[in-house]
Amino acid sequence: MGTENWRPTASIEVLKQRAIVLQKIRQFFAERDVLEVDTPVLSHATVTDEHLHSFSTQFKHPFSPQASTLYLQTSPEFAMKRLLCAGSGAIYQICKSFRNEEAGRFHNPEFTLLEWYRPGFTHLQLMTEIDELMQMVLGCDIAERVTYQDIFKLHLGCCPLTASLSDIKTLANHYGYDELTASENNKDTLLMLLFSQHVEPQIGQDRPCFVMDFPASQAALAKISPTDPLVAERFELYFKGMELANGFHELTDGPEQLRRFEQDNTKRQNLGLDMIPIDKNFIAALHFGLPACSGVALGVDRLLMLALSCSEINHVIAFENSRA
Amino acid sequence: MANFSTNEFKSGLKIMLDGEPCNILENEFVKPGKGQAFSRVKIRKLISGKVIEKTFKSGDSVEGADVLDTELAYLYTDGEFWHFMNNDTFEQIAADEKAVGENVKWLVENDTCTITLWNGAPIVVQPANFVELEITETDPGLKGDTAGTGGKPATLSSGAVVRVPLFVQTGEVVRVDTRNGEYVSRAQK
Repeated sequence: MGTENWRPTASIEVLKQRAIVLQKIRQFFAERDVLEVDTPVLSHATVTDEHLHSFSTQFKHPFSPQASTLYLQTSPEFAMKRLLCAGSGAIYQICKSFRNEEAGRFHNPEFTLLEWYRPGFTHLQLMTEIDELMQMVLGCDIAERVTYQDIFKLHLGCCPLTASLSDIKTLANHYGYDELTASENNKDTLLMLLFSQHVEPQIGQDRPCFVMDFPASQAALAKISPTDPLVAERFELYFKGMELANGFHELTDGPEQLRRFEQDNTKRQNLGLDMIPIDKNFIAALHFGLPACSGVALGVDRLLMLALSCSEINHVIAFENSRA
Repeated sequence: MANFSTNEFKSGLKIMLDGEPCNILENEFVKPGKGQAFSRVKIRKLISGKVIEKTFKSGDSVEGADVLDTELAYLYTDGEFWHFMNNDTFEQIAADEKAVGENVKWLVENDTCTITLWNGAPIVVQPANFVELEITETDPGLKGDTAGTGGKPATLSSGAVVRVPLFVQTGEVVRVDTRNGEYVSRAQK
């Protein structure tokens, strides 16, 4: 009684603007002959990345005595790549994605992703297309492009690729993270901390900024650079203090992908996390053959926060999780 | 004392940091899309009063601080200690100069204050948000000025100096907001 929790967290005006932006995005892809697709959010397998936590549920099939575990997808990546392997050509999708253990000013456990794939594009060509989409939606300037190594060096005075764990620890201590470094022996975790706290706030303030060539140890599903084995052909897009998109020149090598998934599960085991069933259909599709392509996932809610000058994700989604 | 994980961090939780009890003010979730999650926490150190930012890895835990807020009535000072009493149990507690700090100027006999105890000892004395004190000295205002624009300084019986409207005179009791040290009104009789 007397509760206001039935009310949307976004205003009706914002929701109208949201619909218009989504319409514009669909128009953008229609003009470029990119096919809209719709893939399952419930799958028998999911991402193995130690930093991504999938929701799971039990499926009771009417003809099976045993329930099976299904996972809500953290992104539509695997299914979309299977479509690419099956010959779909360029595709995009606007869908709900789900990530457990994430909530805050920029995070809601269920959120809207725009993901698209461009066969024949390098990640640099795809970045140009993302830039066009940004300019169309936000009316912003052409994005800046920097490498992870250069921007890290510029703001923190240390090369993230060649520095040793102890160098990075010294650097983190200099910024007051003594307690964290005392128990942290993963260089990437410390790089992520320093990058998110001391580089991200400095970049992409006036216009969007692409950070390219992430360390190979943070390659995820990207190809390793053919010219520099220390970096991956992975990029992120930042604007006004927000991480907006993550993209790859996609790894097409099935055995290498399987090896990375297995490596993820080993890390999970060491951290005391649950092992995740590897998506066999995805690996089989890669064995069949994924055309050379680049792909990107872009957070639509965050794009809307920028388009509508909202400071919290709650204000651009109808019902934020606590009211859902 | 129990340990608290970052997922238990919320405004008002008391934790130990650098050997000092602290109060959590804000907890912000930070996470790169493909990376480690962190909690960026704004913390007030309770003894020094300093506000600092600290970043924890999600899932890390810290020791809780045995800190308790109690409502006690101010009795008197003997010059070295300020004495407070629990009106229900008549138990008395003495706070030193460090705990009382600048708030000494808002202590009014019999007023209820919030005393923060750490391991049973007082570390912070917080006066009520509003106190009423008598003006012991202020310049007589200009005759006929009722708008009170600008105001004038007035010394109160506790030693505090606040700006009051020109029409308020020595001997009157005024109500003051202790959080910003501003005059609110003449006391209701």
